[in-house]
Amino acid sequence: MGKQRVWAWVSGIDRWTMLVVGLAVLLAVPVLTVFLTALQPPGEVWRHLANTVLADYVLNSVTLMIGVGVGTLLIGVPTAWLTATCEFPGRRWFEWALLLPMAIPAYIIAYTYTGLLDFAGPAQTLLREAFGWTRQDYAFPEIRSLPGAILMLTLVLYPYVYLLARAAFLEQSAAVLEVSRSLGVGPWRRFLTITLPLARPSLIAGVSLVQMEALADYGVVQYFGVGALTTGIFRVWFGMNDATAAAQLAALLLLFVLTLLVFERLSRRQARFHHTGQRTQRPPRLPLRGRWRWLATGACLTPLLLGFLIPAGQLTVWAWRTAPQVVDHRFVELAMNSLLLASGSALLILLLALVLGYGQRLRPRPLVRMAVRGAGLGYAAPGTVIAIGVMLPFAAIDRNVDNWAREWLGMPTGLLLSGTLFALIFAYCARFLPVALHSVEAGLTRIRPSMDDAARALGAQPHGVLWRVHIPILRGSLLTALLLVFVDVIKELPATLILRPFNFNTLAVRTFELASDERLADSASFALAIVLAGIGPVILLSRAISRARPGHDPLS
Amino acid sequence: MTPFLELTDLDIAYPTRKVIWEASLTMHCAGIGCLLGPSGCGKTTLLRAIAGFEPVQCGSIRLEGVELSRPGWTLPTEQRRIGLMFQDLALFPHLTVTDNIAFGLRGWKAQERRGRVSDLLRLVGLADFAKRYPHQLSGGQQQRVALARALAPRPRLLLLDEPFSSLDVTLREDLAREVRCILLREGTGGLLVSHDQFEAFTFADEIGVLHEGRLRQWDSAYNLYHQPADRFVADFIGQGVLLAGQVTPEGRVLTELGVMNGPPPAGCTAGDDVEILVRPDDVTHDDSSPLQVEIAERAFRGAEFLYTLKLPSGARLLCLAPSHHNHHLGQRVGIRLDIDHWVMFRRNRAVTCVEDLPAP
Repeated sequence: MGKQRVWAWVSGIDRWTMLVVGLAVLLAVPVLTVFLTALQPPGEVWRHLANTVLADYVLNSVTLMIGVGVGTLLIGVPTAWLTATCEFPGRRWFEWALLLPMAIPAYIIAYTYTGLLDFAGPAQTLLREAFGWTRQDYAFPEIRSLPGAILMLTLVLYPYVYLLARAAFLEQSAAVLEVSRSLGVGPWRRFLTITLPLARPSLIAGVSLVQMEALADYGVVQYFGVGALTTGIFRVWFGMNDATAAAQLAALLLLFVLTLLVFERLSRRQARFHHTGQRTQRPPRLPLRGRWRWLATGACLTPLLLGFLIPAGQLTVWAWRTAPQVVDHRFVELAMNSLLLASGSALLILLLALVLGYGQRLRPRPLVRMAVRGAGLGYAAPGTVIAIGVMLPFAAIDRNVDNWAREWLGMPTGLLLSGTLFALIFAYCARFLPVALHSVEAGLTRIRPSMDDAARALGAQPHGVLWRVHIPILRGSLLTALLLVFVDVIKELPATLILRPFNFNTLAVRTFELASDERLADSASFALAIVLAGIGPVILLSRAISRARPGHDPLS
Repeated sequence: MTPFLELTDLDIAYPTRKVIWEASLTMHCAGIGCLLGPSGCGKTTLLRAIAGFEPVQCGSIRLEGVELSRPGWTLPTEQRRIGLMFQDLALFPHLTVTDNIAFGLRGWKAQERRGRVSDLLRLVGLADFAKRYPHQLSGGQQQRVALARALAPRPRLLLLDEPFSSLDVTLREDLAREVRCILLREGTGGLLVSHDQFEAFTFADEIGVLHEGRLRQWDSAYNLYHQPADRFVADFIGQGVLLAGQVTPEGRVLTELGVMNGPPPAGCTAGDDVEILVRPDDVTHDDSSPLQVEIAERAFRGAEFLYTLKLPSGARLLCLAPSHHNHHLGQRVGIRLDIDHWVMFRRNRAVTCVEDLPAP
């Protein structure tokens, strides 16, 4: 870099630039901490890990990732193609209903199916009663296993693939398909040689997103006793008390996730250039006939049943039974905790996203843009990784302040940051800021600079421009951002488990605790509350879908 | 009488580079002007300076005698009473047509505001669309809303930044003419930025040609075509060819087509190289003429042919001929020069490739 370019970077650094860069650096602290800690020479515990379970952790995590990727493709692509290009009974309804499984956090569906399928559960009881079997007469697949974890994650994550694939299929113009028909290509070959390859970038993007979620999962693999990288981090830290080795595991996990992130970004960019032709008219839907109609309906109904209707139904049944004992003043207290924590975090995160978004708009310099991109990395980091990245620096600060206070003031200060709500909310900011930033940026791009100029020319003062033009146009995006972050915080499990203050509980943590104590039916009321909150964003998305025109990605 | 709009020796610069050098122009009455130039010539910057979005480094801007900008001082846009129409229209997507138009009418009495909005809706022919949102309108209708919104607070001057360029050609010309009528009826001055000379000719009484940050000429369309101030304007406006010639001892100009009748440029003496602007309508097709040249290209234009003629030296000439004069390529035809407006430039010795002037 020449002297002049350095100067161009540094010159004109004003308050906005400093604010944005400062915030971005602060929010990047957790991820940076993990990487920097991981750079330390491997210790005893790490060598022990490497000799024993590390290979299993990696193997299990990678199997999970691949399995969930394949599974979500197998469910997401056919359902997307059917709802996007065919006509069959229930098509309009399935279009949005197929998103419902998104409302259920993976750990909750895992608890539900465990209860459904275990020996005393309704499924096996029914089999025994129907055929008069006893325990020895039949073999039932164990859900608490790696394939079980793959199935659970697939059932709640396929909507990501479905959404992106559906958008891609809708975007393909009639002209391309008509050209291929005029060249004498039949429907099957058309699907394999035109439709699928054109949608490939979107499919890769969707699968990468899903695989990032699968790698980040803690709740399912923990409950099913599958040794994966996320559970390994917990075990090394709390079982072996080695923060450095835990950070090293976390860094390894983060490397996997970042690779997927690069894939996702690259294919998204490709998807943009993959549009062929103008947005001409869409091909008419293919009306399915005879048994094909019902096959299509069945193909869409199955994931919906398994991913939402059955687990939600089971939860409702359990909750109906146990609510009188469980829903008491403590339940209300927990719900209030979750509610306040989530809404407070959502507001704070929205504020930060607005600062970053406006900073980028007002100072469109490479430095600012880079800082904002950097602040966006947190979403890729699994909750466990963020938790370690928050815990380590905060504990170090506490230790130093405490030492300093003992020495100079003669009194200990104890824990100022770690184990407080502050640490927890900071972790949420680092992890969920990108969600809000995405919405805010999408909203801001709709306000073209010429609109500011037009308002000024019509006599509006700068603050008038903000109140009369920006806020009304942004309102929808801001509410979306609030809702998405709110629900993400309600659902978040691993970071909350690690960072929550002593004796502070949330709905998610309580669900986890009760399920871990095998009190699945008792956990249902808490789980159901989380699922109900999670339906909010699904409604938003499905409304976006019904309004969406081709070329609009309902995820953004 | 105070001039309507007056720019004096204006310099405008961004932090890294200077964009406008010494721009001066005067609009005497609230008529309609146009800043014309190729993209990147600085015309939009000049417009933004008049609107008050860019400060000026040197010179001043006055509207009806009131100073709007001078070095170190810029009257805020919202106090200038200048309306703006943008290339992307910048309609507010969250407001209906009515509310968009009423945006600039804050502080008006409700009744007056309603009256003004409905007057404007009628004026632009959108009375039936008052409750629609911008995205429910066609491109041309959105354009009309943008116009009505800009005119609502009765600005003294309306600035238009290529507002028609997103429309198709036929609609563009109709709308430009309509906007012109509306501006004249409202008594509002207009200043258009454009890169399209035909749009400028349709729309404006006076046109300024900008090139590389300098205002080359501020004049009527007729004068720009027939009396271009410099070689750039001659080339940019209309079609034509610069024919090489030399001043004779008698004070005439000799070209390969013979001795010309027009006077050489001021200050030229015998032996100086000059160039003569020859427009296609200066060259008349005449079979009886002794001057025979070869047809190198032809383009059928309906009522006429535009022939590109090749002179013996290799230089090209353009000629408009009525379309019943149908000649094929390579044929030799007779021509006559009928030049009413003599435009000659002293030939810059550094530039010798006169024949390479882009044949339109």
